[in-house]
Amino acid sequence: MATAIDNAMKQRSAQQDDGVPFVAVENVHKTFGVHRVLNGVSLSVSRGEALAVLGRSGTGKSVLLRLIIGLEKPDTGSVCIHGQDIVGLALDRMGEIRKKMGYLFQHAALYDSLTVGGNVAFPMEHHRRDLSKAERDDRVKQLLAEVGMEGDIDKMPSDISGGMQKRVGLVRALALEPEILLLDEPTAGLDPISSAEFNELILKLQRERQMASIVVTHDLHSAKAIAGRLALLNEGNVVIEGTFSDLQQSDIGFVKEFLNQ
Amino acid sequence: MPSVAAAASGLFNGFFEWFGSLGVFTWQVLKAAVTPPYEWRELIRQLDEVGSKSLPLVVMAGAAIGVIISLEARYSLSRFGAKSMFSSTLVYSVIQVMGPVLTGLVVSGRVGAGMGAELASMKVTEQIDAIEASAINPYRLLAATRILACILMLPLLTLATDACALMSGWVAQALVEPLSFHQFISSGFSGATFNAFLPPTFKTAVYGLIIGLIACFQGMRTSGGAAGVGRAATNSVVLGSLFLILADVVMVKFILVFFN
Repeated sequence: MATAIDNAMKQRSAQQDDGVPFVAVENVHKTFGVHRVLNGVSLSVSRGEALAVLGRSGTGKSVLLRLIIGLEKPDTGSVCIHGQDIVGLALDRMGEIRKKMGYLFQHAALYDSLTVGGNVAFPMEHHRRDLSKAERDDRVKQLLAEVGMEGDIDKMPSDISGGMQKRVGLVRALALEPEILLLDEPTAGLDPISSAEFNELILKLQRERQMASIVVTHDLHSAKAIAGRLALLNEGNVVIEGTFSDLQQSDIGFVKEFLNQ
Repeated sequence: MPSVAAAASGLFNGFFEWFGSLGVFTWQVLKAAVTPPYEWRELIRQLDEVGSKSLPLVVMAGAAIGVIISLEARYSLSRFGAKSMFSSTLVYSVIQVMGPVLTGLVVSGRVGAGMGAELASMKVTEQIDAIEASAINPYRLLAATRILACILMLPLLTLATDACALMSGWVAQALVEPLSFHQFISSGFSGATFNAFLPPTFKTAVYGLIIGLIACFQGMRTSGGAAGVGRAATNSVVLGSLFLILADVVMVKFILVFFN
């Protein structure tokens, strides 16, 4: 595993920093029926940077993440992944871009017909056909060991707790060594101790892999722990963007209200 | 009056929206099916799921329908003094009509409901989104393999239904009055050509297309939790069976015009 991580890091270090943000969302609008969810959102994330998108429930945070990975299309605006506008891309072309991205779903979305090991191996079976079965099995074991679940490899998702499911979802998202990790409410439904452990785990993985990440959450503690930059969404738009201390110093009423929750 | 007009307009829009979405879905599946990478392993799993696991059901249904046709045919033909027509009546009614339709409806019930519910459950738990997020085309992995398995397996299952129906029909007749199997077959198939039997058997590939396509479409577009899963399973069976029978009307006419 160390070799695979090293290779990914070397590749990333070798890539020229051409000034193009890895993810750039420009003036995105999204409406479901009569409900306007996003109303001109613009955000960008550079290589290796961690951004937390905060906001109340139902303000379109998860929709924003789904737009970035192409599971939803914006009504207007553009979503660029390393300079390439992904809006309207064909599914197979989009697949090539998605290989650079890992996505942790809010409820983990593990494949319930596969074991824990099968879930982690799934992306590799489709995209790393150069690996032998033994090599793939080794990588699955090593990835699960990173989150302390090597002993659960043969269990079914229904036989493990919600927190464990999230850890499996996280290593599944890491299976293809992505350049950016998208995390949808990573600590939702976890107790405070498990949340803190999960935040530590995400930080450790980010550091080791030098990945960019976008974390969508309403949990301020989690956002502070994981990300260096925060963006606060309200009524479909970014109210403020900056470090935690920028948010603390803001005079905007909604920001103060959110921080004092 | 305006509310009636609004309801009619909603129904009209819903009808065309459904067919439009089905058209887009079919195009996506077709594109995914003919472009690599091919999902051979999933296709083999689906062939087993649709074929091997439906076999006991179609065999039993075929055996039952063979006995029913045998009993009915003997009674009806005796009334008109046409008992000598028994073997060919049984053979033609099983192979040309009952075998294909019965197989289609049985598979639509078992496989259509299963596929619709499985895919709908994957949809509402975001597993299909997770497949897509893993850079895997869900139309290729989930839909194309299932539809192709239905297309390939329906004719084979129909042959099994036909064989069981003929066998059980012969046994039901032989128990009442002596009739050797050789006599039954040679009399039943006398004067028959391949054109009389191949088109009705291979038209079931179209049934397979309808069953697979409707089930995958209903499953992958569902929404609304457990209720949505139930709706998708029901609609897969109801719409699949309905379109299968409607398609049969067209195909029977087509076969009569071009093959007889």
